[in-house]
Amino acid sequence: MIRIESVTKRYPDGTMAVDRLSLEIPDRSITVLVGPSGCGKTTTLRMINRMVEPTEGTILLDGADIQRQPVTTLRRSMGYVIQNAGLFQHRTVVDNIATVPRMLGWGRQRARERAAELMERVGLDTALAKRYPYQLSGGQQQRVGVARALAADPPVLLMDEPFSAVDPVVRKGLQDELLRIQEELGKTIVFVTHDIDEAVKLGTMVAVLREGGRLAQYAPPAELLSDPADAFVEDFLGADRGIRGLSFLSTTALELTTDPVIPPDATAERIGAADAAHLLVTDGEGRPLGWSEPRRLTAGDIRPDRLLPYGRPFVPGVDSLRVALDCAVLSPTGWAVAVDDAGRVRGVVSQQTIGDAIRTAHQDGRTAHQDGRAGDEKVLG
Amino acid sequence: MSGFFDIPSDLQHSWAGLIGLHLREALIPVAAGLLLALPVAQLCGRFRRLYPPVLGLTTVLYAIPSLAFFVVLIDYTGQTELTVMIPLALYSLVVLIPAIVDGVRSVPDETLAAATAMGLGPVRRYTQVQLPIAAPAIIAGLRVATASSISLVSVGALIGNQGALGNLLAAAQKYDRPELAVNAVLTMAVLAILCDVLLVLLRVLLTPWMPRGARSGTKSGARPGRFEEAEVKAL
Repeated sequence: MIRIESVTKRYPDGTMAVDRLSLEIPDRSITVLVGPSGCGKTTTLRMINRMVEPTEGTILLDGADIQRQPVTTLRRSMGYVIQNAGLFQHRTVVDNIATVPRMLGWGRQRARERAAELMERVGLDTALAKRYPYQLSGGQQQRVGVARALAADPPVLLMDEPFSAVDPVVRKGLQDELLRIQEELGKTIVFVTHDIDEAVKLGTMVAVLREGGRLAQYAPPAELLSDPADAFVEDFLGADRGIRGLSFLSTTALELTTDPVIPPDATAERIGAADAAHLLVTDGEGRPLGWSEPRRLTAGDIRPDRLLPYGRPFVPGVDSLRVALDCAVLSPTGWAVAVDDAGRVRGVVSQQTIGDAIRTAHQDGRTAHQDGRAGDEKVLG
Repeated sequence: MSGFFDIPSDLQHSWAGLIGLHLREALIPVAAGLLLALPVAQLCGRFRRLYPPVLGLTTVLYAIPSLAFFVVLIDYTGQTELTVMIPLALYSLVVLIPAIVDGVRSVPDETLAAATAMGLGPVRRYTQVQLPIAAPAIIAGLRVATASSISLVSVGALIGNQGALGNLLAAAQKYDRPELAVNAVLTMAVLAILCDVLLVLLRVLLTPWMPRGARSGTKSGARPGRFEEAEVKAL
């Protein structure tokens, strides 16, 4: 665990970069430092590997003061990923990745094998191994940056706005890749960003910093969204934090109904028996085709081109309530379609039911939250 | 019969011998200049306030006519090659120091930060990251310094027999053999071009990592102004 204990960084000109910051960064999780520019998030990150020395306070790594070991040893035990990747432009991809292993005295062959292994891990074609950085796209360069940071298998990974210089589509790909890699490797990651959406998406814990390097709130992202500490955090989170908070709620318990779902060869009785304003017609395999009012359907002659579109479906248990609500909002009938992995309809759910689920989740959340607080107090007491 | 390549005996060298002498007198100063410029440039990069005065000093040195240098040096080093080479080495600093400083500064901040964060100490950072990335700029500086040095060696003729191919110019006047002057000018031009080609080749070999197309002329590379100055100085 990394413990930051009332750390202050004051520059000679009097600028306060970080002001009495205390944070406990849990192992094997992603902790995000987020805030506007000038909030000291990069300075904080750089104090962890001593690229910046604090004016006051201490930083402990697994209980030991980081000042107690040689600075190069400390740095080699922490991977570092930077904006624009900061690759060595004069070295090939494989040599870039092998930098730290080579410094640690690994043989050339072993270091290269390790580099190839990491290229696969971060989703890079090993055919790129002999390329130079200028021959790669921004996203590929950033993947090389991540691979290079992981090369010597350090327990800690420091990431300084690593994905902010690539376009949104590539960024989303890199974020998903990071979450996947983290699932496999379980590193202690400290991640700096100015993008609150990125923080909420990646963070197990999120520290919101304000100008002058003061901590505004340190909480899991769901709590941040549901319960911002003050007006600054609320403002920083942006307008639709309620909707965004739904990303953390599961659709597993959502009550689905199959009553309005009919096969393409439905009989007139079946169509007449359904008690709904709209019916969802599926194809022979059970995949959704579209909605229709019952009175517009003729048994035995259902024409797919006459049906209303169904928007997009969601997968219960995989997608969040936010996705389910979005599907319901997109659907012209106000009903969201739930499908299984193969795309077959499992049922449909109304906006009303989703709304109920959200209220229930909020009530449960409040209870859990209070329990959590009580638990904390017990630990403290 | 006195042909194009018949060198008067008082020059004490054959044509090939003059070429060898010329190259030695031109290239050793550039090499010495590079050795001197590297640490000076490193200091200038580290202590930024040092750079403007150092740059000013090299410019002042460059402005001293070689004849004045000779007058001072001749008391210590006599009518030797060294007397010619010392000023040439000092002149080369005026292009080499800025070339190295600009080259090292062209290393992106992210690259340097990444190197530091990976635990590269200052020495490794300099030799493994900064210098290799600065190589194109340094070689661009060497190209200018070398071409200028090759033309400047001729002034050695002023202190007797130390001008190498430049002495042919004096001999051409003395013996009324204009073909010797033509020989001197052409040979020096060819030497300058050959050295330049070799340096370009060296850069291509050293920098497989540079995007094609960006190879010709880095930003601190060609300094035509300086080059013309050197030509003028040679006259």
